Amino acid sequence: MTTRLNRIAEEILVPHRLAMIAVALAIAVWAALSMRWHWIPRYGELALLGLWRTFWLLGLSCAIGFVMAIGLGLAQASGPRVLAVPARAFCTTIRGTPLLLQLWLIYFGLGSLFPQFPWIRESELWPYLREAWPYALLSLSLSFAGYEGEVMRGAFRSVPAGQLEAARSMGMGRFAILRRIWLPQALQRALPTLGGETVLQLKATPLVATITVIDIYAVASRVRQDLFIIYEPLLLLAVIYMVIAGVIALVFRLLERRYSRGVVV
Amino acid sequence: MFDWLFALWPGLEASVNLLSLQPPGWGGNLLRGAWASLQIAAGAFGMGLVIGTFGALGKLHGGPVMRDLLAVYTTVVRAVPELILILILYYAGTDLLNQALRAMGQRPVEISGVAAGIAVLGVVQGAYATEVLRGAIQSVPRGQTEAARAFGMGAVLTFRRVVFPAMLPLALPGLSNLWLIATKDTALLAIVGFSELTLETRQAAGATRAYFTFFLAAGALYLVVTLLSGRIFGWIEARYRRGEAAR
Repeated sequence: MTTRLNRIAEEILVPHRLAMIAVALAIAVWAALSMRWHWIPRYGELALLGLWRTFWLLGLSCAIGFVMAIGLGLAQASGPRVLAVPARAFCTTIRGTPLLLQLWLIYFGLGSLFPQFPWIRESELWPYLREAWPYALLSLSLSFAGYEGEVMRGAFRSVPAGQLEAARSMGMGRFAILRRIWLPQALQRALPTLGGETVLQLKATPLVATITVIDIYAVASRVRQDLFIIYEPLLLLAVIYMVIAGVIALVFRLLERRYSRGVVV
Repeated sequence: MFDWLFALWPGLEASVNLLSLQPPGWGGNLLRGAWASLQIAAGAFGMGLVIGTFGALGKLHGGPVMRDLLAVYTTVVRAVPELILILILYYAGTDLLNQALRAMGQRPVEISGVAAGIAVLGVVQGAYATEVLRGAIQSVPRGQTEAARAFGMGAVLTFRRVVFPAMLPLALPGLSNLWLIATKDTALLAIVGFSELTLETRQAAGATRAYFTFFLAAGALYLVVTLLSGRIFGWIEARYRRGEAAR
């Protein structure tokens, strides 16, 4: 532990880095003192709500999208053609069109289609379908599934065939092989990519503000519209996203260290 | 010829009319938007390549301060959502330019959407291109550059004749990915109100209420661009990998 701290200290305590840190601190102090931050208390509560919405949109869409991605990856890596071709087409389409377009297609398209069916309007789900977030969640999940389906395809393929043959010869069933042998090893190999992709997903979440979901980005836009303060909310927002991205990167690095024990690359 | 198709699919005729290139149809607007998107994507990609080349060289051969500053640049751009970067750079860029013009006694100007889009997306692309090119340059064996130096080639000549051609095949997969990101990121300019493909589509869809028709048509246009560029980049890569041992 002390050697690691020493190494970090050695890296930072170089004259030019100290000077750069001093400059950065000076800019931060100048920004804190001379820019306009008086709006923060007034919008604080809304901002926390927005932050919470960003978090659960990110978490849920990654979880749902990842479950779909396992199916898409399996279908492409070893499924029959009837499954592999549609899975491949889905991934290509999602990866080949902008998320903003997908989001607007789902929100405006489905949103204008659903009310035409009386049975949907009378169903239990209608109160939810009238809000914007289900469409945002659906669109973000599909997008994550499309990108990760491609990653998982490569990961499933990269597990040596001998491992699966050995498992089969031990009398394991298909599902047991997937659960005990194939998926864990594929996950290990996909983990470094998944960390980067999760940060990309985080960076995609502010798009939901364009369909009236109030996430943290939408709160900043509202400050800009209400008070005509342009830079301060955007800069604060950039810092917030950088912190979240840093935390995600750190979590994935810990996961990688935990799960890469015993991996032969 | 397609009568049977129209008979089978009742809404098709209306959709075709909506998408027709002549004015009651909105096809012309969509194509104009697609052309604008392509221009911005190409400009931003080119600018990203220029920034990326200098960034990569700076990261590899620059002094300690230069390297740290470049590290800050690539880290910040890759951690902050493109949308926020676009807004910050768009507002800050127009503000600074107009202040500079005012200081020189000129009248403030309205910046053209295409130029602003290219500049903003170019800065974003530059950060990713820096990383792609740095990796590619680094994987050119040291012996090759040393041999070039031993023959008396200068730094520029070594880069142009030895490092650049050797790293290109290694950089191409990353660059092709960057080009796809550039075409898709142009959609974000719709939020700043620049009428590229996505915004044209939304306006057409909003005016006619035919959301599915227009969004699906625009999606098809983006997909055509993506698939075609995939082919072209694959062809370029195959060309530059000639003479390489099969892997």
